[in-house]
Amino acid sequence: MAEVLLQRTFEVRGRDFDKAGETSSEIKTLLKEVGIDPAVIRRAGVVTFEAEMNVVMYANSATVVFTLSDEDISIEVFDRGPGIADIDLAMQEGYSTATDEMRQMGFGFGMGLPNIKKNSDGFTIESEVGKGTRVQSVIKLNDNR
Amino acid sequence: MKLKDIVILLEAEVLSGAELLDIDIGTAVASDGMSEILAAPHPGALMITGLTNIQSVRTAEMADLPAILYVRGKRPNDKCLELAAAKRISVLATRIGMFETCGLLRERGVRGGM
Repeated sequence: MAEVLLQRTFEVRGRDFDKAGETSSEIKTLLKEVGIDPAVIRRAGVVTFEAEMNVVMYANSATVVFTLSDEDISIEVFDRGPGIADIDLAMQEGYSTATDEMRQMGFGFGMGLPNIKKNSDGFTIESEVGKGTRVQSVIKLNDNR
Repeated sequence: MKLKDIVILLEAEVLSGAELLDIDIGTAVASDGMSEILAAPHPGALMITGLTNIQSVRTAEMADLPAILYVRGKRPNDKCLELAAAKRISVLATRIGMFETCGLLRERGVRGGM
């Protein structure tokens, strides 16, 4: 059984484009402080940042639960928002419902969820239309990539 | 090639991190799509973009990119520069366009990262 070493909860606000990335940055700093492999930290940073951008672009708000155990990192994002009607479609690279405004910010090209999955050793997504989406990414500490 | 030589080559303005220009740049990534850069992180690469919002700096931070070069005369705002300084990311700006910038760097041996 993995032993939890560190757990932190963060709140992310929808539409708050200036603050998007702050949670990822804090998680990155926490992982650096405890001496995690830089390649693993980078993957955790990319996962959290893409998830944060999804929240900022599509949801009203979200709670991010970051857990570091002696085996892995878990990043769980519970958002309150419109939800995703067709998860298989949303997972396809290139599929996006982003507006031009979102694309002008460098996101919304249908790469966010695939990027999260690609950087995860374990990935789950559940969604309820009208309520929100829960995404969990697990990254193992012994990076074999 | 050294980042300080890239500054001279591209007649770039150094907007932040003037003390960090002595690093070697062997690889560059170029895109206005931040997810594209995040999809294939190349730690240590120069990030070339025309996107000047705060997410460009966050992207460099997450992908462990030590420097951002804004092309075609684009300049980030002060908030971006403050964040870049806090994260020790050099920020350069050139009037040259994306294609020409990439070509000039490629001619001098900088490799593409994506």
